[in-house]
Amino acid sequence: MTASAHPDRAFPALRRRGFLAAGAAAGLGTLALTGCGGGTEDAGAAGGDGKPRRGGRLRAAFAGGGAAETLDPHLSNLFADAARAKALYDKLADCGADMSAKPRLAASWEPGPRLDRWKITLREATFHDGKPVTAEDVLYSYRRIADPRKTYRAKASLEPIDLRASRALDARTVEFRLKRPTAEFPNVLAAFGAYVIPRDTERFDRPVGSGPFRFVSFAPGRSCTVRRYDDYWDGAPYLDELRFVIANEESARINALLGGQIEYAHELNPATARAHENRGQIAIVRLRNSAMQAFAMKTDRAPFDDPRVRQAFFLIADRQELVDGALSGAGEIGNDLFGKGYQYYAADLPQRAQDLDRARHLLKQAGAEDLRVTLDTSEVAAGFTEAAGIFRDQAAKAGVTVKVRSGSKDTYWSDVLNSGTLCCYRSGAMPIESHISQRLLTDSSTNATHWRHRDFDAQYQQAQSTKDPRARAGVYERMQRRLHAEGGFLVWGFADWIVGTAKKVAGVRSGAPANTLDWARFDKVWLR
Amino acid sequence: MNSLRSWLARRLLLGLAQTVAVVLLVFALTEALPGDAAVALAGDDPDPRRIEQIRAAMDLDRPALERLADWTGGLLHGDFGTSLASGRPVADYLSAGFGPTLLLAALTVALLVPISVGLGVLAARREGGALDRLISSVTLGVYAVPEFAFGVLLVTVFALRLDWLPPTAVGYGTDLLAHPAVLVLPVLVLLSRPVCSISRLVRAGMIDALAAPYAAQARRYGVSGARVCYAHALPNAVAPAAQQLARTVDWLLCGVIVVEALFIIPGLGTVLIDAVAARDVPVVQGLAVIFGLLAVVLNLAADLVAHRFAPRTGVAA
Repeated sequence: MTASAHPDRAFPALRRRGFLAAGAAAGLGTLALTGCGGGTEDAGAAGGDGKPRRGGRLRAAFAGGGAAETLDPHLSNLFADAARAKALYDKLADCGADMSAKPRLAASWEPGPRLDRWKITLREATFHDGKPVTAEDVLYSYRRIADPRKTYRAKASLEPIDLRASRALDARTVEFRLKRPTAEFPNVLAAFGAYVIPRDTERFDRPVGSGPFRFVSFAPGRSCTVRRYDDYWDGAPYLDELRFVIANEESARINALLGGQIEYAHELNPATARAHENRGQIAIVRLRNSAMQAFAMKTDRAPFDDPRVRQAFFLIADRQELVDGALSGAGEIGNDLFGKGYQYYAADLPQRAQDLDRARHLLKQAGAEDLRVTLDTSEVAAGFTEAAGIFRDQAAKAGVTVKVRSGSKDTYWSDVLNSGTLCCYRSGAMPIESHISQRLLTDSSTNATHWRHRDFDAQYQQAQSTKDPRARAGVYERMQRRLHAEGGFLVWGFADWIVGTAKKVAGVRSGAPANTLDWARFDKVWLR
Repeated sequence: MNSLRSWLARRLLLGLAQTVAVVLLVFALTEALPGDAAVALAGDDPDPRRIEQIRAAMDLDRPALERLADWTGGLLHGDFGTSLASGRPVADYLSAGFGPTLLLAALTVALLVPISVGLGVLAARREGGALDRLISSVTLGVYAVPEFAFGVLLVTVFALRLDWLPPTAVGYGTDLLAHPAVLVLPVLVLLSRPVCSISRLVRAGMIDALAAPYAAQARRYGVSGARVCYAHALPNAVAPAAQQLARTVDWLLCGVIVVEALFIIPGLGTVLIDAVAARDVPVVQGLAVIFGLLAVVLNLAADLVAHRFAPRTGVAA
């Protein structure tokens, strides 16, 4: 079950498309509607779906957060939160299949000459109570997220915006003033959790949004029911009703799907997918390139403060064995860079392969023969402990003794941020620019590899101040070239995100990684 | 009678002390777990500044003892406190999860007693016979299968293959009694192991009792075999089984956690798992109080039953 070539073939076209769209934004001033239809037509639905049909109810099962769940979209944290928020609310932009920003509530965006002012024109959209979505609603929502006394997840993403100086030019135009030039500002508008809510909303027991579905009922940790919003700006959904149910155990989700109790099961194991693929009972949808799988080396401490040791580790990894063993083959190999298939990905760098002789040679040069390292892992993500075990055996062949240490899954991410030297790491899809700004700059909040280089920071600022997308792509390529040569992330693979659906469900997109616009998007789904 | 009353009073006081001890232990253990609610909430976005802010917003930066004192003070007024993760009252969590779990537990116990006693007596009366051997080997076999595996097996056969019963309770909400078909498999899984252990205890007790001199004496007086069995031997055999039954209840809790996850039943087991994962200490403590009190009351009831059926063994405790 190796990854077929189809998504690969689909991606270059998409990448180019995203690239051109961004070019239009910066060069001509407006992006208008070019990218908007992009998500719906080209991503490729699962199977021959035929003509959309209106009506029916779809039940979708996700893992949830128990009785603590909320419908406040700014508190979104889990996939279930994000899926519900997407049904009820809209963001100004969202990520396309290649992670470039696609306009949603924003009809167009237009940067000022120095890229530190952006004019956003809103679409003619209405909230579920009939009131129009206005510039004031946008500013209220963003100011709420950025509230210094609160801890909303999107706060860090909105950090570039000077919200005090930003203002509404008219009912449907917002001018954002930024603290510094930000060429990739549309990514900010697409940030996880940056939803637009009506002005002065403080309570979410009967949420009112501008999304494709209207609120009906909500029982935290159990279910949430929504109905079609007929006046949705992107066309009313086909489904009459959508019901999110919570099922934390994967076995329960697949059983409920097989038993006809639900029509959509989010997040299945590769083994489950393989068992049911092509058996005719259910359809398996694989969202490629959804989760980067890596080992993170702390570049500021021994032994990984020596780039030769990092290079040796790059060469120790047998990536295909890791994909086959830890991901049950449900994924593809990585090349020590984040964001395979995404906009700006340096696809031209040669694919690295295992070379134990050179690895041994490099270790010898670095004076690190008989090296012993501890590899932190945990049950926190599928395949982590398996990957650790496989890598331990691979390292042994190069004379490196890896001790696998398994930690608590509830606190793993916080534990490995600053302690240890080597750990299993994973990341969901996000633009390459966001990956860099969140993890690879000196003042990044979650810099798990402790990659801190002033010249690298400067390159990032240069990219953000470069208006010409071609020149910007060049800067990103130079940065990735360096990360490929001596970075701290040994990116060995990209896992598929696996969703199961009933046979009668049509229109579920397969071309988009998890967390993008087309993931868990139910307004374009119908029942045959 | 007086001695029974003072025994009861002593047992109640002891039970209360045990509950307090359980709560303190649970608090200490939850505090000792690595990470706290802020870290758990931050998840895969462990920005230290954000974690610090969450911690302050949750009042986690106050000393542990102070938080414990606050919570205990509230408990004395019947206030279980509020959840760290959502800010909603813990009592809401408990009352929402209580119904489904109570229903599962009550159904299980209600079926457990007749089935296991019946099987035990049947096996004991045919001691050494084919039926006894069949019952003994089946109960031993089922006892050896973990609940999770047994549940998966039942779902695969009865729900997915034969399509007789729904595979999960998803979408039925908390009103499970209105859909009895949903309850069949979960209750079967919960029954599987206790039925085996208790029926084997009853069987052993019955065999002992039937071989005892008083049973032989009764038979010599011409008392019918059935009467010896049910009026004389059974009460003595049931006493140890009743205590095992009480002990089964805390075990039932483990079973409930597995069963609720497997069949998507939103009960206390699910609340507990979520709360521990979120390091939501007040909710965990609230559950500890409920479970502690429940265990104390049930053990007391079991002792009273034992006392009633076989007075000579009872009051020593």
